[in-house]
Amino acid sequence: MAGIAAFGGYVPRYRLGAATDGWNSRAERAVANFDEDSVSMAVAAGLDCLAGRDRGLIDGLLFATTTPPYAEKGCASIIATALDLRRDIFTADITDVLRAGTTALKQALDSVAAGSARQVLVIASDNRQGAPRGEAERNSGDGAAAFIISRDDVIAEHEGHYNITENMMDVWRSAGDPFVRSWEDRFAIEEGLERILGDAVAGYMERQGISARDVGKLALYAPDGRRHTQLARQLGFAPEQVQDGMFGRLGNTGTAFVPMLLAAALEDAAPGQLVVAASYGDGSDVIGFRAAAHPGNGQGSHGVSGYLNSGRALDSYETYARWRDVWVTDAASRRPQAQSPSVSALWREGDRNIRFYGASCNQCGFVQYPPQRVCVKCQARDDSTPLRLSDRPGRVFTYSMDYLAGTTDTPLVIAVVDFDGGGRALCMVTDRELDEIKIGLPVEMSFRKLRVVNGIHNYYWKAIPRRAAD
Amino acid sequence: MSGIKDRVAIIGMGCTKFGERWDASSADLMVEAAYEAYEDAGIEGKDIQAAWLGTVASFRTGQPLADALKLDYIPISRVENACATATDAFRNACYAVAAGVYDIVLALGVEKLKDSGFSGLAVPEAPGADVNPPVPPPSQFALAATRYFHEYGIPFDEGKRTLAQIASKNHHNGTMSPKAHFQREVSAEQVANAPMVAWPLGLFDCCGVSDGAAAAIITTPEIAKTFRDDYILVKGLGLSVGAFGIMRNDWDFTHFPESVRASQSAYQEAGISDPRREIDLAMVHDCFTITELIIYEDLGFSPRGQASADVAAGTFTLEGDLPVNTDGGLKCFGHPIGASGIRMIYEVYKQLQGNAGPRQLQKADLGLTHNLGGRPGSFTCSVALFGTRE
Repeated sequence: MAGIAAFGGYVPRYRLGAATDGWNSRAERAVANFDEDSVSMAVAAGLDCLAGRDRGLIDGLLFATTTPPYAEKGCASIIATALDLRRDIFTADITDVLRAGTTALKQALDSVAAGSARQVLVIASDNRQGAPRGEAERNSGDGAAAFIISRDDVIAEHEGHYNITENMMDVWRSAGDPFVRSWEDRFAIEEGLERILGDAVAGYMERQGISARDVGKLALYAPDGRRHTQLARQLGFAPEQVQDGMFGRLGNTGTAFVPMLLAAALEDAAPGQLVVAASYGDGSDVIGFRAAAHPGNGQGSHGVSGYLNSGRALDSYETYARWRDVWVTDAASRRPQAQSPSVSALWREGDRNIRFYGASCNQCGFVQYPPQRVCVKCQARDDSTPLRLSDRPGRVFTYSMDYLAGTTDTPLVIAVVDFDGGGRALCMVTDRELDEIKIGLPVEMSFRKLRVVNGIHNYYWKAIPRRAAD
Repeated sequence: MSGIKDRVAIIGMGCTKFGERWDASSADLMVEAAYEAYEDAGIEGKDIQAAWLGTVASFRTGQPLADALKLDYIPISRVENACATATDAFRNACYAVAAGVYDIVLALGVEKLKDSGFSGLAVPEAPGADVNPPVPPPSQFALAATRYFHEYGIPFDEGKRTLAQIASKNHHNGTMSPKAHFQREVSAEQVANAPMVAWPLGLFDCCGVSDGAAAAIITTPEIAKTFRDDYILVKGLGLSVGAFGIMRNDWDFTHFPESVRASQSAYQEAGISDPRREIDLAMVHDCFTITELIIYEDLGFSPRGQASADVAAGTFTLEGDLPVNTDGGLKCFGHPIGASGIRMIYEVYKQLQGNAGPRQLQKADLGLTHNLGGRPGSFTCSVALFGTRE
């Protein structure tokens, strides 16, 4: 029987909240750094989900988002490469609607149940943008969740689903629109959210022959905390049955929202508990999972809650506005114009740049990044073994803080990183507070977007201070 | 292997005013430097049998030198070797003369940097994946400064003070160099308190970005005697190119092996065993103050970890045991990249001839120049030694 074999989450490090100068809300929300987007956050959640697992068993990757960086060019292929998955897998981007995350889960469950794949990785990730100072900006959050859907060794077994498709113009963003738009609130809530989600949850329970009290946890979509409480009550669920929406801490993470609630629910699920995920957007997907005897996740993963608990307040709304290109500052125009990356070079260097492979010399064992034809230590020619460094922890050997390098977060922290077990690389450091930078600082690698030139989103790995709970 | 010692001589040199030469094109700069060298040597352009043009960012070929000086139909090669470009153009010219192929040759370095519209160093790079961290030169050397302070347990304020003394010394020397880009005193306090550029390096820890050109006329010692008595002899030429990038995690970032190797091969050629005592003056690549500090140790002027003490003792001032960057260095004379190496040779040449004006040293018989191009782990370093006639 198909189900969830592992799950992971990702919440960016920074929060807009009470400690953020110029933020006009008491509620906190997670905000992606300037170098993060749906793809980079998907990689982070994927790494969290894959921690300690055999990546070679993954037969497919489904990526759900409403904020893909490309209109034409796959994102799942970038994510699959960064996650160092096999080449002979199927991938798809499932986009454009807030319930794409649960749709991807259902597609994966169907593939696994049909026997066309053993394990499918599903990742939902979003960083939607609300107009400055508007409600959507206040209530939104950025984040991602990932699941391995598998036939064997599941920690939560698939237990039925119910779907509604209904063409509904309550929230939308046209191609090229930077910000989310919506129709009058009362219409959107009453005729959209409450009616459709109500029908969907009721439809699921009827199909399964259960009532509300049989549900252990409900991972329920809602645009904000008030609506979440109200909707759960209307549907007949007691507060303790409803998975905490993390409103006022995380924010509504769009496509990733219900998957993140599902992952958070699985972190704490009791054996045998029924967890029901109910998403919303042009209809609704409702999917049930029954927690196995030992429902917890494997070692080495932060999970949604681990990442949520290791946040830092962003200093000011001005910084956020700069990150999101709402304000275009002079600093960005001081450097000479960047030239387009060479696509042939990007292709040729995929293993070192996107998979972040170094190499270990077969003669002397010296680990080097990037891989060299001639060993940097013993000069042996063409005799090394690729070695993935993206999930290796490291430490700062030396660093500088550059005020002229032309980055969004001046100063740019540049560090020489020594990886545990060998290998040294010159890295940009991101998600950093200047007062924490020191020689010996423990760091880990994070997949980030360097820049967009010529319409090419150029991704690479940066070092970040390790995300233990701050 | 007979080496280069005493096999070639400089009979004439020229150097333009360095700085923001809004008034001058690269051709103007080449004419200025070359004609000063012609007049100093007492030759004409038609006497030059071959030429080497050093430039990093201004030209791709040797042709612009022919165009500017109307050197019709002689062989000209363009040399590019990062910040060691000019010295390497000079080095190639020396070897051609030593090989007996030519009698009189020209080595000229030029750079026109200030037409980029950007106040930092803007050198276009070949197309690539463009994923490497943007590490402008200040940060490359800041990496070394951070580690140097850490390795020797130097508190931040103390380290900044030592670096500030180096900048202040070079500014002082620059006030006596009419051709220098910057010619004003800057106190150690001003240096230490200047705005950060790449922590821990501040504005005054960085050298200037300048336009300029410098030229040398090279011949054999035998021919040199027919031109002048005070020609200057080449005593040694070392060049070392690093191979390991920053990939070797057993490298400490507090010394630059390329400087050690290049200086040792030049010392060996020249027969120098105790550089601190034997060398009278040195023009070194003070692109940043930390670079000059580390160079003191790499070239054997100070024991490892002891350069700060020598700075405090005034060892490298005009009055010290081993004056360094007597003309203001890259810091104040300026750094038109492809010209700097020959500018350094120009200062050594003038000092050895006793023509260095108010900054003239009492004893100047053996001088050194040193260039360091590239970045930590991947330097191209040239060291050259010059002496007076026996």
